Amino acid sequence: MSISRQTVEYTAHLARIELEGGQLDKLSLQLQDIINFIDKLGKLDIAGIEPTSHVLPIQNVFRQDRKEDSVSPQDALACAPEKEGHFFKVPKIIE
Amino acid sequence: MEPNQLTIHEIKKLLGAREVQPEDVVSALKKRIGAINPKVRAYVRVENTSLDYAKSDSPSGDTLKGIPICLKDNICTAGFNTECCSRILEGFKPPYDATATEKLKDAGALVLETKANMDEFAFGSSTENSFFGPSHNPWNLEYVPGGSSGGVAAAVASDMAIAGLGSDTGGSIRQPASFCGVVGLKPTYGRVSRYGLIAFASSLDQIGPITKDVEDNAILSGVIFGHDSRDSTSAQVEVPDYTKCLGKDIKELKIGIPKEYFVEGIDPEVKKIVDEAVDKIKGLGAQCRQVSLPHTEYAVPVYYIIATAEASSNLARFDAVQYGLRAAKPQGLIDMYKKTRGLGFGEEAKRRIILGTFALSHGYYDAYYMRALKVRTLIRQDFERVFKECDCIITPTSPTAAFKIGEKRDDPLKMYLSDIYTISVNLAGIPGISLPCGFTKKGLPVGLQVLADNFDEAMLFRVAHAYEQATEWHKMKPKL
Repeated sequence: MSISRQTVEYTAHLARIELEGGQLDKLSLQLQDIINFIDKLGKLDIAGIEPTSHVLPIQNVFRQDRKEDSVSPQDALACAPEKEGHFFKVPKIIE
Repeated sequence: MEPNQLTIHEIKKLLGAREVQPEDVVSALKKRIGAINPKVRAYVRVENTSLDYAKSDSPSGDTLKGIPICLKDNICTAGFNTECCSRILEGFKPPYDATATEKLKDAGALVLETKANMDEFAFGSSTENSFFGPSHNPWNLEYVPGGSSGGVAAAVASDMAIAGLGSDTGGSIRQPASFCGVVGLKPTYGRVSRYGLIAFASSLDQIGPITKDVEDNAILSGVIFGHDSRDSTSAQVEVPDYTKCLGKDIKELKIGIPKEYFVEGIDPEVKKIVDEAVDKIKGLGAQCRQVSLPHTEYAVPVYYIIATAEASSNLARFDAVQYGLRAAKPQGLIDMYKKTRGLGFGEEAKRRIILGTFALSHGYYDAYYMRALKVRTLIRQDFERVFKECDCIITPTSPTAAFKIGEKRDDPLKMYLSDIYTISVNLAGIPGISLPCGFTKKGLPVGLQVLADNFDEAMLFRVAHAYEQATEWHKMKPKL
């Protein structure tokens, strides 16, 4: 499959990563190489094969719904780039 | 011999007999780090190696009493920098310890304020993708130590650490262990809690020990293995006393040698060294026979879809809100995300996040991600079939010995292929250990990989220990 510069640019936007023009060109070429390599999976017959998303037969892990100690607001905010009171501060999101 | 040159089990004996004090071990390490780290650059942070700091945690157990253990930069330590060697996590001090860190401390280990180098977010096979710059191979400073746990492997190999913990998503413990001539274990998926291990690919990541010999590896595994309710993928499977597997013979064991691991791409010198190791194992009474893992050639492409897809999702949390870097003067929220992530992630991280986002995006999901999950089933079944007739599998850990710094930096695909023998193991979930089995003519170590069925680490320690004790490779030290 060929992957266009435009697709890479759009995917980078979806991934919320800003790329400079030069980076975008280089990355488009590299991703095309990698995709060409990955495309060898296309020649395998996978009809009737179940997907493996997880190797262990663990499902629905529950715990008791009870109060436990957790990180204090002070500790949780300790590494915040910007904070105000008990809150993380971000740029305005609603006009 | 200086105390920093010793193994865990040797120090335990000396501490028990009061022939050495924890102070002696710590000060010998400190001296060694001061002398060698500027050249090897195994540690990215050495803040506080004082015993007072480590002792403040008042350990309760004594399996590792007084023994310093070093950690990779993606294993959380409360209040001390854990940055995954990424600019985006610069200055991050976790509010809690990883379960593995906690278990080390509970066992009496000294967790000093040091952190070992790695490829950013464990994305790489050489530590060249670290924001702090590459580590160097102690056997030859022009060569990479492997990766992504290259810092821990280089520290252990050069006696700047007694032992350490790394993480392995596609070979990141075993490949650097092989390149640096030490012992590295990737436990069965679910053996070690991932709580507090900064996530790369959640269905593949495992923490594991990197040590100077097999006995130390068995001791450390006994400490860090076990169920943890804080990681819902952690397995409720009993942890045996692995030190009891040591010293057992391997007569009559059935060992599979997969033919797909000895074909094109393997360095003839590595092949010869591994063949000799297999002969040695035959000489110890094991029955070795050729087996087939027919889907081996698909492991790398499957891995680079699944691992990047999971990484793209896991790394969405680096959004400049709760911790880490925030780009200056963003024009709104989306711009803040994009600028920060553009600035904070290195080249390989960007490449992988974008590839993973592509594999999961509308229109490509079935062709890439879903197909990869199905081929993963085929790879898993290859191993299931072989383990019905074999007790373990032996392979080279990597197709080559260490490569030169810079050699593969601009060719991501070539770099990915250096993990070709380790990646299937993570996809299948099974455990694997790498131990030294010889040296190339250039004096670089070569690793032997032993694989066993799920939760059968006991088999790995038994076979690895029998081979190790019949050879002298683990006693070799680099001259620095």
